[in-house]
Amino acid sequence: MKRSLSWSETLITAVVKTCGYSAVVFVLLIFFFLLREGVPALGEVKLSELLSTRWYPIENHFGILPLITGSIIVTLGAMLIAAPFGIGTAVFLSEISPRWLREILKPLVELLGGLPSVVLGFLGILILAPFLRTFLNLPTGLTALAGALLLGGIAVPTIVSIAEDALDAVPQSYREGALALGATKWQTIWRVTLPAARSGVLTALMLGIGRTIGETMAVMMVTGNAPVMAIKLSSILAPVRTMTATIAAEMGEVANGSTYYHVLFFIGLVLFVISLAVNIIASSVVFRSKTRAERVLS
Amino acid sequence: MKFIRFVVLILSVFLAACAGASSQSHSQSGSSAYIQNKGSDTIVNLALAWAEKYQAEHPDVSISVTGGGSGTGIAALLNKTVDIANASRQMQAEEITQAKARGFDPVEFVIARDAIAVIVNPTNPVSRLTMQQISDIYSGKFNNWAQVGGQDRPIVRLSREVNSGTHVYFRDTVIRLGDPKNKTLFATDTLLLPSSEGIVSEVRQNPNAIGYDGLGYVPSDLKKVAVAKDANSPYVLPSIATVNDKSYPIARDLYMYTAGQPTGAIKAYLDWIVSPEAQTIVANLGFVPIIK
Repeated sequence: MKRSLSWSETLITAVVKTCGYSAVVFVLLIFFFLLREGVPALGEVKLSELLSTRWYPIENHFGILPLITGSIIVTLGAMLIAAPFGIGTAVFLSEISPRWLREILKPLVELLGGLPSVVLGFLGILILAPFLRTFLNLPTGLTALAGALLLGGIAVPTIVSIAEDALDAVPQSYREGALALGATKWQTIWRVTLPAARSGVLTALMLGIGRTIGETMAVMMVTGNAPVMAIKLSSILAPVRTMTATIAAEMGEVANGSTYYHVLFFIGLVLFVISLAVNIIASSVVFRSKTRAERVLS
Repeated sequence: MKFIRFVVLILSVFLAACAGASSQSHSQSGSSAYIQNKGSDTIVNLALAWAEKYQAEHPDVSISVTGGGSGTGIAALLNKTVDIANASRQMQAEEITQAKARGFDPVEFVIARDAIAVIVNPTNPVSRLTMQQISDIYSGKFNNWAQVGGQDRPIVRLSREVNSGTHVYFRDTVIRLGDPKNKTLFATDTLLLPSSEGIVSEVRQNPNAIGYDGLGYVPSDLKKVAVAKDANSPYVLPSIATVNDKSYPIARDLYMYTAGQPTGAIKAYLDWIVSPEAQTIVANLGFVPIIK
């Protein structure tokens, strides 16, 4: 059998393929670049020094643990705020609110996602931090909590937008079926619609985490940037320094190829590995849930 | 305020780039000169003000000014990509060695002085501190204002980021009291803020905070602390007079460096900078003019 593709179709196929592969190629190239610039740090600084708790790089104290714990506590805090809030908003928009309200609210939420984070950072410095200081009677309002609140605000639009799309894609017959069996509206949402949209909702959360852990400007402005170990529960009310803020604040003036430079890239590598791990875990969870759903359906 | 200045800086960099491009086309026709000036962020506003005034008076000269930090400016001078490097610290021995290896002797010009003011919230009753007390506050020995004669409040320490020349100067002169063998560091819970504006806004609204910044960047609604060299010395507030008579202990010279003795338009510009006319601009921007 003879297949005839016109040349334009061949061309378009090639372009689409290139686009598809390029994403993979770029990620690999970035990863190799990070490896090349970051791995020498392991040879130049002892591992025990890297895993110490003092970060003062201009005098060769290269302990990155405070930075890692700082990033983790801010991200966790942000997700604890953003996940219930974001999914709640998505459920309201998709399941409860009348159609006309949704048409107004959803673009507004997405507009919030378009706010530059530096603007939020300004709000954080001028309004949120002073408020937290007086409200909670803290020594200073520039704390991990301020960062978590801002980042939560930044992650909510991403989560709402994607989770709402996923909920909206659940076939109407599912809801009708549940209601016909005598389920209440809440039971339908909690037992039927949300589980059916689970993979989309998880994707939304993962993208939210991705936005949170990589966010730099707002965090640098409101968390105080003090490189202390954030391992106690009370650390959420103390200043912290995140990995992203460290790289952004210090990359400007380091000499190319110095130990300091390599350590900053090593931090970038750690950040990359953490995001990769989050993504892999998420996609494996999504994948598992999908196969089970398929099994049930078949 | 710093942010507005920053925007102005960016704009002027672009304008300078345009001016640079056009002046290169002019220079083929003959008489005009193009001076590149780069370095310390502390000096950048001053250098911009000078360049503006000088260009207005000498239309045949165009000057581009960029910031980036003292180290950046000196590195550019070593690579011969700028004519004048601005620095808020002196060149280090290894930088001078590098310059010699590249075939020139750097020449130093003191162009102005700068005092570092220690600032607190206006409601803070503490109005004077010794250098030793400031050192003990920043190293983490004192954690409550009551230990230095204030109210029973926690101390929140604010500092510039580690890549700031002011940070390094403050650490060496104040925290280590000028002793090169002293290896005291900032307490780990010191807040490192990326801009002067961050320090100013936190000190303005937080009665627990202590910070430091160049005298030219401190707004009048914040309280400057009078500083004494030691317990037996008088407490002195930072001002132009106290910097020039050397009674205020936290003051430094600001420098410009050229590669070898300057000639032609660069020499004329540097001569103008130390003239009384140019030094009035220094005072207007809150720095301390040099007196010959």
